[in-house]
Amino acid sequence: MGVAQRIVAALGSRVLTVYAAMALVYLLLPIFMVALFSFNDPVGRSNYSWSSFTFDNWLTLFRDPTLVKAVGTSLRIALVSTIIATTIGTLMAMALVRYRFRFRKAIDLFVFLPLATPEIVLGASLLTLFVTLQIPLGELTLILAHVMFNVSYVVVTMKARLSGFDMRLEEAAADLGATPWQTFWKVTFPLILPGIAASAVLAFGLSLDDFVITRFNAGQVQTFPVYIYLKVQKGIPPQVNAFATLFFVATVSLVAIGALLQRRRANLKP
Amino acid sequence: MRIFRSRPALVPTLLLVPGLAWLGSFYLAPNLQMFASSFWSGTLESGFAFSLANWVNYPNALGTYQEQYVRSIQYGFAATLLCFAIAFPLAYYIAFKAGRARSVLLFLVVAPFFTSYLLRTIGWRTILGDESIVLGPLKFLGLIDDGARILDTPFSVVAGIAYNFIPFMILPIYVSLEKIDRRLLEAAQDLYASSWGAFRRITLPLSVPGIFAGSLLTFIPAIGDFINAELLGNPGTAMIGNVIQRQFLVVRDYPTAAALSFMLMVLILAGVTLYGRLLGTEELTSKAI
Repeated sequence: MGVAQRIVAALGSRVLTVYAAMALVYLLLPIFMVALFSFNDPVGRSNYSWSSFTFDNWLTLFRDPTLVKAVGTSLRIALVSTIIATTIGTLMAMALVRYRFRFRKAIDLFVFLPLATPEIVLGASLLTLFVTLQIPLGELTLILAHVMFNVSYVVVTMKARLSGFDMRLEEAAADLGATPWQTFWKVTFPLILPGIAASAVLAFGLSLDDFVITRFNAGQVQTFPVYIYLKVQKGIPPQVNAFATLFFVATVSLVAIGALLQRRRANLKP
Repeated sequence: MRIFRSRPALVPTLLLVPGLAWLGSFYLAPNLQMFASSFWSGTLESGFAFSLANWVNYPNALGTYQEQYVRSIQYGFAATLLCFAIAFPLAYYIAFKAGRARSVLLFLVVAPFFTSYLLRTIGWRTILGDESIVLGPLKFLGLIDDGARILDTPFSVVAGIAYNFIPFMILPIYVSLEKIDRRLLEAAQDLYASSWGAFRRITLPLSVPGIFAGSLLTFIPAIGDFINAELLGNPGTAMIGNVIQRQFLVVRDYPTAAALSFMLMVLILAGVTLYGRLLGTEELTSKAI
């Protein structure tokens, strides 16, 4: 390589690093803003511009009963829909990865379709169905909706995790006299547990944060995002930022602990 | 597992039934219902009547809201391009240069998903505000006019959309770059290819599936979005999503709203099917996440 080329290459790699760093700043800056403004003491109602630092918003986290109720509703819906979606999504992924059967490709595409449908269409079409069938809108319709969009995410995540699964481990268990039931709980399940956990965290986060589909099918129920939306005009109380920051820190810690546990397990292997 | 093998068709069926039933009831059925509703006439208050003659809902809706459709496609396109310009170098850096920091960087890419979507979008109001860290210094230096603003313009809407969906661009591109066999690049170097030549002839072509999947996964939610146009735009930046949500939730003109959403859906399905034909559905779904 000539000197000129080497200089260009070195410069290029430096530029790339700077560019990548800037892209990360772009991704993370709004999160930082959300957290920062949980420590703001806004003049007036809107919490858009910085005035002074305070811990008050964190100390008065539970001040607005409507907000607390909305957070509770969101957590409840997220928990129930995550459990259902993770279970039926994992079963589907197992069928799609491990077996060859007719219509497998068609089913694969069908499961992917909700991910390729804009949220507004998902939300609007569910609303037309519920209105036609005269099903009252509320927490139940929200759980039905959240499970629907989460199933596809779980299937896609689990398929990626399952495709690297060593089937010989199950065969070995069977050869050693284990029943299929024992094999599943003692061999298969522990091995796919990290994948299940990752899917569950994803589903929980998506449900907690969903606004568009929720907006269409919530009726009078207020979830955390719906509460935020309804407050945009009047000014969002800074406690909302504190809650959002709390959720972020909790999720990040969960994911970090999960990653550490997995690494420790990997290190234990000979 | 002996039982699993002796009844090959039964087991996968049992595993699939709960999920298929759920998606059938709450994805497929609603979309069919919405299609049927687009042939209704009337409103929620007056009651609905079905007639095939109501197909005129389609030309009427398209005629009235053509502007918003066109704007959605334009904004979606611009946001996808912006995403690509930011995502490709970052994905490249993570795949080839990040070394041990790779998993941490990948986590940072999806980190935005763990904070409220609405609050992050509102965060851009602060960042792009008239006296903000972006505009403030530029105005102070006299580089731009004091009255210049980004907020409430098409620019802020496109920037907001790009920001919200960029992880969907980064991840598939990263996956396709990471899969590239490094020996190909070494071979190119041994054969005296310049680093630009190796990039152009090996890295770029092999990352095309990721770029395609990423653009699709960014473009689809982008054209259906209405939050960014509402929170970061002005009445003149309304997209088709804004119209649909208003027709459903405020005006309650279900037939028009259903026709509008169904047209959006058809537009997207056509795109996905075409892409599926080009690359095979397996490719599409496996690269999605």
